[in-house]
Amino acid sequence: MKQAKKITIFAGHYGSGKSNLAVNYAFYLKENGYQTALMDLDIVNPYFRSKDSTAILREKGIRVIASEYANTNMDLPALPPEMYSMFLDDGRYSVVDLGGDDRGAYALGRFSEKLCDPEDYEMLLVINRFRPDTATARDVLEVVGEIEAACRVKFTGIANNTNLGVETTREHVLDSVSYADEVSRLTGLPVVMTAYCAHLGELDVPHPFPITLTTKSIWNI
Amino acid sequence: MADKVLMKGNEALAEAAMRAGCRHFFGYPITPQTEISAYLSKHMPKRGGTFLQAESEVAAINMVLGAAAAGVRVMTSSSSPGISLKSEGISYIAGCDLPAVIVNVQRGGPGLGGIQPSQADYFQATRGLGHGDFHLIVLAPSTVQEVIDLTFEAFDMADIYRMPVIMLSDGILGQMMEPASFPEGTGRELPAKDWAVTGTQGKRKKNIVNSLYLQPEELEAKVMERYERYAEIQKNEQKCELFMMDDAEYVVVAYGASARVAKNAIVAARAEGIKVGMIRPITLWPFPVDAIRAATPNTKAFLTVELSMGQMIEDVRLACECKKPVHLCNRTGGMIVKPQEVLAKIQEISGGAK
Repeated sequence: MKQAKKITIFAGHYGSGKSNLAVNYAFYLKENGYQTALMDLDIVNPYFRSKDSTAILREKGIRVIASEYANTNMDLPALPPEMYSMFLDDGRYSVVDLGGDDRGAYALGRFSEKLCDPEDYEMLLVINRFRPDTATARDVLEVVGEIEAACRVKFTGIANNTNLGVETTREHVLDSVSYADEVSRLTGLPVVMTAYCAHLGELDVPHPFPITLTTKSIWNI
Repeated sequence: MADKVLMKGNEALAEAAMRAGCRHFFGYPITPQTEISAYLSKHMPKRGGTFLQAESEVAAINMVLGAAAAGVRVMTSSSSPGISLKSEGISYIAGCDLPAVIVNVQRGGPGLGGIQPSQADYFQATRGLGHGDFHLIVLAPSTVQEVIDLTFEAFDMADIYRMPVIMLSDGILGQMMEPASFPEGTGRELPAKDWAVTGTQGKRKKNIVNSLYLQPEELEAKVMERYERYAEIQKNEQKCELFMMDDAEYVVVAYGASARVAKNAIVAARAEGIKVGMIRPITLWPFPVDAIRAATPNTKAFLTVELSMGQMIEDVRLACECKKPVHLCNRTGGMIVKPQEVLAKIQEISGGAK
């Protein structure tokens, strides 16, 4: 892999798959020899969040930083104080999972002055064509404007995460390449990742990123 | 069927409501229901509708009453504590014979309780959502697709029977994402709203929407007339899914999210040779009494799976007239029952694999 950035932020529309990608990207960094921390800064979702994967992340030696109130009955948009460690010169690489839309992006605003130079960070725009509010590139453009205005940090690339949940097919992913290209053309951002479930097999897409861990259904044995 | 999209249960419900012709929403945010309000606040104005965040739940439900009286399709949504606040207004809406859709994305209770998923408002929805003699139609989806389909049904049933319909969702269904698509409609025939308060323009007798009756004889007659309508609904609208019921000796009864947990446990139990099936109520009121009754002679025992201390279990006991034992497998307070726990209970009551 190319040299990772010290900070990688996953942002985008609500429900576009940021948490899932963040967790899988943390695995990827760790497997490639990076000391990794996963930061759950989602202030929007009450449940189904990256903190859910704490056990497996810790098992792999990835540090998990999340609000102690996440997944409790305390309905607080609280942030963990340890998140400031993303700027420490401690050799650790941080993967940041932001909440959806502009509402979730506000959590990053306090760091906007430290996240100006694209050398220091990567902020990936997670997109899914099957989400009705980001079905077209033009819809995505609207979301990009709202998020960047809320967090005052600029996106650096696109993570195409087009999927239809358990019904995703190879064709869905292959067909989404032109959609991601159109988002790239409108935003001026490069497509740096095409994510898909590893069980779909190898796919000829730009920057393939097969993922292994998907959101678990609580009703499965 | 249109193309599929990937949506959260709450978003899907909001989108389905608009597609069913709802252009008026009055509510107050509360977890885990908030995506419904958030989605409608963004999209309702674009479709020429009114989204209004009221100053309280009490205000919101009375706005629903007003809009319903004017003959438009109207919805409100909340989670458990917010529904309790709305209960007075819901009784008034029922007493005025007005159609409205009320969504409860259930969370743990009582009191402020918690924000995790729950099914502990079954009694409230099917028995006690407000004072007085009345019923509500209560619909219980168990997939995001069913959230959509039943939302269309809810608006139509409300109009046909002139009464409030409760969509009884829960935190899991509200927050989870699944592929789904939107139907055109239910195909049901709808009556004209010739009772609506829309201004007579001097051309017709005025309509009055009211729940106050000065004479007790009048009120009694009105309530009795309403109960004739309820009897018709009980006869025509019971709805449930039968799962692996053909040769079932043990019958799980579960609705909503817990039915999904139960389904996996049933498949696992079948693999062990246990003859178990499920009756999944889709309408909680009217409760699918006929299906339970039909299954009772061939059933050795019933098992309800609930995210509560056992509320629907009473309806199962009533429906089978206590002729067979009815067991309970449950978690509550925001905890989710695990398929392994349901499987263990099935093994226990059936005496294990045959």
